[in-house]
Amino acid sequence: MNELVFFINNVIVAGSVSGSIYAIGAIGVTLIFSIMRFAHFAHADMMTFGTFMVLLLTLAFPGVGAVVGLPTPIVMLPLAIVLTALLAVGIDKTFYKPLRAHGVKPIVMVIASLGVTLMLQGLIRLFSGTGAQNLYLAGERKEIYRLEMPFELASRPVIVTEPQIILFVLTIVCVVGLHLFLNRTRLGKAMRAMSDNPDLARASGINTNHIVAVTWVIAGGLAAIAGTLLALDVTFKPDLSFFLLLPIFAAAIVGGVGHPYGAIAGGFVVGFAETLAVFNWAVLLRPFRDSLPEWLAQAGNLAFVGTEYKIVVPFFILVAILVWRPTGIFKGKVI
Amino acid sequence: MPLLEARDVHGGYGGMNILNGVNMSIEANEVGVIVGPNGAGKSTMLKAIFGLLTVSQGEILLRGEPIHNLPPNKLVQKGMGFVPQEKNVFPSLTVKENLEMGAFLKPGNVKRMLKQIYDVFPPLYDKRHQPAGELSGGQRQMVAMGRALMAEPDVLLLDEPTAGLSPLYMNEIFERVKEVNAAGVGILMVEQNAKQALAIADKGFVLAAGKNRFTDTGAALLADPEVAKSFLGG
Repeated sequence: MNELVFFINNVIVAGSVSGSIYAIGAIGVTLIFSIMRFAHFAHADMMTFGTFMVLLLTLAFPGVGAVVGLPTPIVMLPLAIVLTALLAVGIDKTFYKPLRAHGVKPIVMVIASLGVTLMLQGLIRLFSGTGAQNLYLAGERKEIYRLEMPFELASRPVIVTEPQIILFVLTIVCVVGLHLFLNRTRLGKAMRAMSDNPDLARASGINTNHIVAVTWVIAGGLAAIAGTLLALDVTFKPDLSFFLLLPIFAAAIVGGVGHPYGAIAGGFVVGFAETLAVFNWAVLLRPFRDSLPEWLAQAGNLAFVGTEYKIVVPFFILVAILVWRPTGIFKGKVI
Repeated sequence: MPLLEARDVHGGYGGMNILNGVNMSIEANEVGVIVGPNGAGKSTMLKAIFGLLTVSQGEILLRGEPIHNLPPNKLVQKGMGFVPQEKNVFPSLTVKENLEMGAFLKPGNVKRMLKQIYDVFPPLYDKRHQPAGELSGGQRQMVAMGRALMAEPDVLLLDEPTAGLSPLYMNEIFERVKEVNAAGVGILMVEQNAKQALAIADKGFVLAAGKNRFTDTGAALLADPEVAKSFLGG
């Protein structure tokens, strides 16, 4: 049974962790695409920015968490969400809005967002340094929960950490919140309307500039959440989220660009694909060692790809989806 | 004072003039119909009224107040509704959500107006939870008109509301247009089905090359042999 526990730890837990982060990131990418019709490459660095804000706030007010009974970075997260949302709206006003006003092609917006991403990354590096920093400051402990399995043969526990649990809870809150917002509120419906048909939205009296701003607030806020939860699970680095750009876009495209629910599904598809691809399947074969052919029983590592090639997985999924089903699972738009 | 009046309107896209002096006026209890050959500037005129293209000369007045070159959302606030010819619904939104979007600026109206719209277009009530993109052409047109009516406009602009519809649906739509007009909404519509449209028109405007060619009551235009010969196919 320990093999099963190993599988749960390395595939189920790890896949849910990356899946949740990809999903929250991909929702932002897909919302921006559905409202402004361009692939926003600066999204990952907006995530890093949000995390950096959390780091700064945590350094400024280190004792707050202990008072509330939560890790300090989580207590600082709401403020970082606000700051990142402001940054997102500010970036739009400064860089994207003038381009939109000129009626440029989407590719120009994409290139502009690449410029923004390099600029953000440079700025963060300037202030944070290039090294990794732990969001848990000295004195705060990352709780680790060892869940003993109720099987006799399972001697090893399933391991879940505190930030992972917070991540799962916040992912559910974000998804439910987004669902209610898009389907129950006047503003959410207007956002869907604008995604469907911007001209008609304008003709209905919907202020599309307002909707654009709301989109940036949501995307920025979600970016801060995704980045912070990732950094809590590992550590903060200035290139923390830049390497998530590919899986996040893969998730958005797999789900069907422009579909928030597709982005969530796509996030988990990519997350689990990654962990399943690097999982050493030889471990699961171990209990059946005696009844297997020798070449299989002796195999030390049966992973599809080595851990160091994990980034290849979303890339492969991305190419496969673009070739065979460019509209994604939920029939989104073709980028 | 007429509800909607256009005086010597010139305008077009990117420096090319399509409208070369159009005059129109309708009262609140009237249906105005714009007919004419392809490329005469019929739809362009509606777009000019609704602020979707720049009026370079002349003026457009709503209850005597100049409104030309105001953005569409301002015009909706001032009591104007517009139903484009194509892409006139939100396909992934349900019928009910489509209608709600029409009352975006008047959220207090939603409940009361939904009831009214369902009364005028009963098929929409049965389909209210279906995405509008799944409806037939005629029902989609009803959603489009319903959406515009949700804001309780004083004047409704319709761009070829019967384009691509079967004769059965065409008559149905014209019936509804008359009904809406009887409820006190001035109507200005562009129509390809000129004879049938002029039959319900209080005023008809025959445009050619961006100018009024004939302007009269619907009945008079239908009876005019010259109009019939040149524009109504004999």
